[in-house]
Amino acid sequence: MRKESHYIDNLRLLELLARQKSVIHQMNPLVKLLTTVIYVTVVISFERYEFSALLPLLFYPALVLAFSGTPVAPILKRVLLAQVFVIGIGIWNPFFDTYPVMFGGLSVSRGWLSFLSLILKSILAVTALFLLIATTGMERTAQALRMLKIPKIFVLQLLLTYRYITVLLEEAARMTRAYALRAPRQKGIHRSAWGSFLGQLLLRTVDRGERVHEAMLLRGFTGEYHTGAAAGAGLRDWAYLAGWGLFFILVRAYNLPVWLGTLLTGAMIK
Amino acid sequence: MSHHKLEARNLSYAYPDGQEALKNLSFTVTHGEAVGLIGANGAGKSTVLALLMGLLFPSEGQALLADVAITKKTLPLVRQSLGLVMQNPDDQLFMTSVYDDVAFGPRNYQLTESEVAARVAGALDLVGIPHLRDRAPYRLSVGEKRCAAIAAVLSMQPDILLMDEPTAGLDPQARRRIMNLLNSFSHTKIITSHDLDMVWTVCRRVILLKGGTVAADGPAEEILTDARLLESCGLELPLSLQNCPSGQAR
Amino acid sequence: MHMADALISPAVGGTMLLASAGVAAYAVKKIQNEMDDKKIPLMGVMGAFVFAAQMINFSIPATGSSGHIGGGLLLAILLGPQAGFLTIAAVLLIQALFFGDGGLLAYGCNVFNLGFFTCFMAYPFIYKTMTRKGYTAGGIFTASLVAAIVGLQLGAFGVVLETLLSGRTELPFGTFVLLMQPIHLAIGIVEGLVTAAVVTYVWKVRPEILERASLQAPLGRIQLKQVLTGLLMAAVLVGGGLSWFASAYPDGLEWSMERTAGTAELEAEGGIYQALADFQEKTAFLPDYGFRVAESVTGEAEPEEAWPAVSAGTSVAGLVGGAMTLALAALTGLLVSSFKKRRESAAV
Repeated sequence: MRKESHYIDNLRLLELLARQKSVIHQMNPLVKLLTTVIYVTVVISFERYEFSALLPLLFYPALVLAFSGTPVAPILKRVLLAQVFVIGIGIWNPFFDTYPVMFGGLSVSRGWLSFLSLILKSILAVTALFLLIATTGMERTAQALRMLKIPKIFVLQLLLTYRYITVLLEEAARMTRAYALRAPRQKGIHRSAWGSFLGQLLLRTVDRGERVHEAMLLRGFTGEYHTGAAAGAGLRDWAYLAGWGLFFILVRAYNLPVWLGTLLTGAMIK
Repeated sequence: MSHHKLEARNLSYAYPDGQEALKNLSFTVTHGEAVGLIGANGAGKSTVLALLMGLLFPSEGQALLADVAITKKTLPLVRQSLGLVMQNPDDQLFMTSVYDDVAFGPRNYQLTESEVAARVAGALDLVGIPHLRDRAPYRLSVGEKRCAAIAAVLSMQPDILLMDEPTAGLDPQARRRIMNLLNSFSHTKIITSHDLDMVWTVCRRVILLKGGTVAADGPAEEILTDARLLESCGLELPLSLQNCPSGQAR
Repeated sequence: MHMADALISPAVGGTMLLASAGVAAYAVKKIQNEMDDKKIPLMGVMGAFVFAAQMINFSIPATGSSGHIGGGLLLAILLGPQAGFLTIAAVLLIQALFFGDGGLLAYGCNVFNLGFFTCFMAYPFIYKTMTRKGYTAGGIFTASLVAAIVGLQLGAFGVVLETLLSGRTELPFGTFVLLMQPIHLAIGIVEGLVTAAVVTYVWKVRPEILERASLQAPLGRIQLKQVLTGLLMAAVLVGGGLSWFASAYPDGLEWSMERTAGTAELEAEGGIYQALADFQEKTAFLPDYGFRVAESVTGEAEPEEAWPAVSAGTSVAGLVGGAMTLALAALTGLLVSSFKKRRESAAV
């Protein structure tokens, strides 16, 4: 049941955040999507032992968080929760890559370096995705997909799925509660009820699908999905994309922190 | 010839498993009428609505709109003049925002986006929920959902409104609001419900179904006050009339 | 077993995105040809159903634990392979965007691992073949079980290959396979058992739902060949285009190839156990380890200079600069948001 409330909480929070108004929220959704794609690509293009060179990429989430007025704590919590699989895979790096390297006067196993790099990359990538959806919302993300010429069938079906998640989660939660009340000492659904339990939910879903189809038919649906015209991207939107794009490329091409560090430590020695 | 005339002519319908839902059922609804379609569970109310909307087709008889039979060919026209508000708004509101949902119908009829916007604004104003336009349907209260579902139908500018249990599951105030809303519409209305008090307030005429046939068809004052008739059809007097047999509580 | 962005390289992510997009385009085209607009809302609510189904815990007999299902095979059985694939793709996109399961560049990997293998391999070649002669309770059981296991094994193997080709982790091929496949055997068995139970129930209560799904045009051999050819061409194209990338950054694709080949030797010598034993020996006393390392670094660091940013000089600069960058980024964010807040409160 924890999972269910986790799902519902996430949906509610991100929806709520997406309804806020800010410079970032008003940006064209396609531009935001493309910026996120470039960002994630740059993040994951760094090699395994890069760590410091990645740090300037923190400017992107920091500024988007600040300009969009998105609260840091709930996003950060969800980002960290999403790291389980990456940690599970990455934690083996220190075991298999024990080659020692000097890191700021300390000697560490190189595997730790690649592990840290992996986790940092994962945190940056997941944060960027959460920020995209927290400042854009599902509908406008779907508009962005339409602008990318993703087929209407897929986009409509995506929106329908998204719309009915909450309804079906609540339905499943009610069923589970009803089951648990009558089977207090069981962990999960007993094998004898596997088929009928999930099967009934399934049948109700199929019936609902038919009613939704009827509702669509009654309002003139003929298999074609007509979206409203989305506002095109203006100069400001493209400037946003170009600005971040240039910054990301700069970060990818030059290790800015080392430059900065050399500058500082060099000055100190003198 | 009025677009508002809706007729059921000797309608019969049997489900694929052979069970007969409607038997030789006939009635005519004319311009401006508000008709309550009542009956016990399984009397055939929802089937009648489905046949009128062309979601099902009769095994015998015809449903006619403005004297034109409702067939697969005439469906697009029929569905422009008939609007059905379904029983469960969660089935009807399938888009991710109220605006997109109310705009879904007009967009399917190829209106320009500015016309669509005008239709949506008009429909939301009419049901009094312009402030909910950007909300997600599943985050609304039951009453708000119902209003949004009505707006989604009104934006198609139908001549005739069909409603399946419009007050089911509403708290008293929300129910009152919906009733006032229904009374304010000048549309021809057919309303199915078990909420006989609502029918008493909104409808002048009542069609009482029993076992797939018309048991009675006449003024609400007559049918809804006839305790014996209602009881024989699995219903009861409206609560507001239960202690005043003369039926003057209206 | 959702692939995360950080585990893949842009080359692998891009290739898999193209491959999945190709399969999706084919599926969309097939569905449009079917001209059954009823299917679209059904796909929509079935996608939502999968979220609900994933949350229900099923107690697993004789283990005292419980598990849940992924739902991919169930979607393929109830909707057919094309619609099932698109529905899984929609589910995965929502999972990536709203729950941080998966990622944007890893999206193609996930759609391929969880969608393609289940809908276009396990479903047509195993489930359909085994239930060809009509449904029986036993038939549904075996077909679901085998199809779920095979689908998930292929998917898990996909994860292993994609991770190795990306070269972001140190897990040797053998270890990774030994880690992934048995876990997904267990997951596959639960998936298969629950899927079988649900399909049997639907078959008994509402058989027409299953019939409707299996009525569609079967996935003929020629069509599959076309899909595979398309995929191969896409892969070659992407591979060619990205070879520039690979050669510009030698420690990218090629490196990971070498690495995999190298670890194959390691496997022969005793593989993971040897490696783990080595590790344990080295880390038995951490201070000792650090000391020993410091000694050996002076001698060994030279030939390894090719590795990026690990020499003592640059790493100090990197640390100082990194800390500064971190502080700057945080400071900028704080400044902007406090400035924004002040302006907003001034406006009110």
